[in-house]
Amino acid sequence: MTATQPKTAKLVVEGLCKRYGATTALEPSSLSVAEGEFLTLLGPSGSGKTTLLQLICGLVEASEGRVVIDGRDQSATPVHQRDIGLVFQHYALFPHLTVAENIAFPLKMRGCASAEVASRVAATLDMVHLGHLAGRFPRELSGGQQQRVALARCFVYQPSIILMDEPLGALDKKLREHMQIEIKRLHRESGATIVYVTHDQEEALAMSDRICLMNHAKIEQLGTPRDIYERPRTAFAADFIGISNIFRGRWDGNGTIETVHGRFALPSGARCQSQDAALVIRPENLHLGAQDGNVVNGCVREVVYAGSETRVIAALDDGSPLVLRLGPDDVVPGIDERIVAGWARDKAVLVA
Amino acid sequence: MSAVTLSSAPARPARLRLSALWLAVPGLVFLAVFFVYPVAQLLGLSIVDPESGAFSAGAYQRIAATDVYLRVLGITFRIAGWTALWSLLIGYPLAYWIARLPNMFRGRMLLFVMVPFWTSYLVKTFAWMIVLGRNGIINSLATGSGIVDEPLPLLHNQFGVMVGMVHAMVPLAVMTMLPVMAGIDRRLVQAAQTLGAAPARAFWLVYFKLSLPGVAAAGLLVFISSLGFFIVPAFLGGRQETMLAQLIITQVQELLNWSFAGALSAMMLVAALVSCLIYDRLFGLSTIAGGSAQVSTGRIRDLGLALLSAVATLSGHLARLAQTLLGKRVCAGLLPGFCWLVIAFLVLPTLLVIPLAFTSSQFLEFPPPGYGLSWFQTYFSSPLWIQATIRSFAVAFVTALAATAIGGFAALALANSRTRWGGLIFALFLAPMIVPRIVVAVGLFYLFARLGLIATDLGLVIGHTVLAIPFTLVTIAAVLKTYDQRLDQAAATLGANRLRTLTGVTIPLVKGGLVAAFLFAFITSFDELTIAIFVSGGVKTTLPKQMWDDMILQLNPTLAAVSVVVFIVVTTMLLIAERFRSPS
Ligand SMILES: Nc1ncnc2c1ncn2[C@@H]1O[C@H](COP(=O)(O)OP(=O)(O)OP(=O)(O)O)[C@@H](O)[C@H]1O
Ligand SMILES: [Mg+2]
Repeated sequence: MTATQPKTAKLVVEGLCKRYGATTALEPSSLSVAEGEFLTLLGPSGSGKTTLLQLICGLVEASEGRVVIDGRDQSATPVHQRDIGLVFQHYALFPHLTVAENIAFPLKMRGCASAEVASRVAATLDMVHLGHLAGRFPRELSGGQQQRVALARCFVYQPSIILMDEPLGALDKKLREHMQIEIKRLHRESGATIVYVTHDQEEALAMSDRICLMNHAKIEQLGTPRDIYERPRTAFAADFIGISNIFRGRWDGNGTIETVHGRFALPSGARCQSQDAALVIRPENLHLGAQDGNVVNGCVREVVYAGSETRVIAALDDGSPLVLRLGPDDVVPGIDERIVAGWARDKAVLVA
Repeated sequence: MSAVTLSSAPARPARLRLSALWLAVPGLVFLAVFFVYPVAQLLGLSIVDPESGAFSAGAYQRIAATDVYLRVLGITFRIAGWTALWSLLIGYPLAYWIARLPNMFRGRMLLFVMVPFWTSYLVKTFAWMIVLGRNGIINSLATGSGIVDEPLPLLHNQFGVMVGMVHAMVPLAVMTMLPVMAGIDRRLVQAAQTLGAAPARAFWLVYFKLSLPGVAAAGLLVFISSLGFFIVPAFLGGRQETMLAQLIITQVQELLNWSFAGALSAMMLVAALVSCLIYDRLFGLSTIAGGSAQVSTGRIRDLGLALLSAVATLSGHLARLAQTLLGKRVCAGLLPGFCWLVIAFLVLPTLLVIPLAFTSSQFLEFPPPGYGLSWFQTYFSSPLWIQATIRSFAVAFVTALAATAIGGFAALALANSRTRWGGLIFALFLAPMIVPRIVVAVGLFYLFARLGLIATDLGLVIGHTVLAIPFTLVTIAAVLKTYDQRLDQAAATLGANRLRTLTGVTIPLVKGGLVAAFLFAFITSFDELTIAIFVSGGVKTTLPKQMWDDMILQLNPTLAAVSVVVFIVVTTMLLIAERFRSPS
């Protein structure tokens, strides 16, 4: 954790919290984002991602806590004076303005001279490859084009912090992958600090310096993609990112955990807050045959061939599923064949 | 088998669409005979000599001969223009405030606009006579507390007319603007703010600009409705505020000069049509029905944006000034405070009539010296009032049935057809709302005189149905819009024929809309006066006509009792209609 602690904190969120009457949209949360970092808020629908962004840019007033940018408390700074750009969940382009006018809007608000406005709008339009559509209205654009206008409108005035709320949510897979690369390029070129929201875990893993995993209005875990994938701290984290085999059970406070499938050895030094815990094993760490005494029995239900790997889905004795990922050299069992699977004790993770 | 189904499937929707338009035919015929024809004939009459039947511009020459009529026309335009302006100025903040309320409050707040909207003009005008009169509530309070020695001249002048007109029109303005405002994505203003626009600028450059089509539509509707007004100027205005509709009534009722009345009506119709035309040029008429505004291009657009930008900068300074002078808290309370004042203005005068209905005095003094039910007894024991009440109920009931059927079928036809005629047909069905009522009434008067329908209940029903059709069509069309057309297609694929689909699927699902439409039509007929003035004759009067006659003769507490009855009937119907319209 100390390794990823930012050197210069661009944006600090301290105990920020938002309640709407009886519902809590965001429990008190703290995080800090380094200059130039790409941080992703990842979580299921309703987990408070949009709320956190709205609090950061001041669109809604916090119930508690504060936002600090460049060491200055922003509580008294109105939205339009914060040095923040926000790309909205569904773009929020101005329908009565053309593409060029949409992009010129923030520059005009800052009182730029019209010659400068024109040249910067043109440059930004080129950057997102939309020069030929400058005179169109938003409703005359495709989803991907609208998306790029929204990005351009945000990048054109070079805010030092850019917040993006599921900017690629409405796009198809291919376009989304293309736009991911575009956004990374814009990030690199502008050097801006970016807080990015998505509920797509692959997108989060591919793009982020760090991921802030959210659930039930709380920050569940904060760390690098590798951190979260290899060392999830909760069953939710393990389940939400990547595919996991999770065995719930009782931790004996020492080196083993008792589950319905048997007693398993834990990696040395594994610790957990409570006795009620779970063991997480990634599919690629499961192998056919016993290993370190950790064994489960099952019956193969499905075999999915995916080129470089083969995924085997088996049913354990109590009916719960077990996923294995076999390499190209492994022997693939047939359907309805009974198998024995095991894992090296150091490859399992104990989570709450 | 499957091949047959496949090949016949694409042909089916085409036939459905083609034949759906037939459902609008009864309504089209009805409106052609009882709306388009009489109005057109009226225009024709104005250029025909009443004696010889030959072409003659005599009526228009008479209009031009003295400056009396042109002056009245000028007054009419002036009052209608000011009314539109004030209604927008007062109505815009209220509509803005209501549109931004959380959903659960919005419906309740809207009632404060809906109730005054549907309250009879006669009742509202009567209320203002009591409030503003020489011995009225304001004056007795002011002289009683010694603020002034002399009663203030609040009635029978420009002030009285403007108060009455604006009070009558603000609800219409708000209800026209509200759908446009509710459709504006709130995040656009937020987006403008994150992009560096101060709140005041964000409002003008984004929200206000996007709400303009609604503002223009409201202005147009208020202006046109005001053009044909006569109740308010007749009772609250003086000689200087005589409006065109009053002249028309005098020409027909007292002087029996039909062709001259025709010429005056034609003048009014032309004024209304020209306003529509100008509006169409600027915004496109479809915005009234909720369509998207056409985007103006070139110079005008640049000019508009520049103008908005200037207003935005100015109001930005003002807002900052206000914030430093008044503080943030007070500023945040300004809008709700203003809106509650407007709501009080809309609702209170009518409510003040209620205690007067229970007065024990012979006069309409405020506060009443004592309370009793004697005026309700007078009302319920008067055969004249009771017959008028019964007639009003009966006529309203039949009208509501007819208008709901016609409007419902038309809405169904329009929802199922995608032809380019759809827009035109829709406009025709809405036209009775846009053509001033007095023009329709005079036109029907001629037609009915020849058909022997004057002083008949049938005549009243026909006239009221013409006026109620727009309301039923809009209400049912709104329900059908949210209704998933694929359910019909699903029923069809499951083997239901057209009739079975209609009775088994469509009607049960849009029942709420039908009931609401029925009740709106009922209310429209129940407090309709204009047509009743011309078409109901002698002793066969309706409740509003009887009120009008009484109000002309002499104000008395019976009127207050009647007003309370009308108010209660209308408000009850309205509340039921609203309940049915929103199923939640
Ligand atoms: N204005 C509001 N009033 C009441 N509750 C709200 C409001 N805004 C958000 N909430 C609640 O706060 C919670 C978090 O909402 P938020 O919009 O932050 O979720 P999200 O993580 O962005 O979800 P999604 O992925 O669907 O966009 C939700 O349960 C939501 O219902
Ligand atoms: Mg969200």
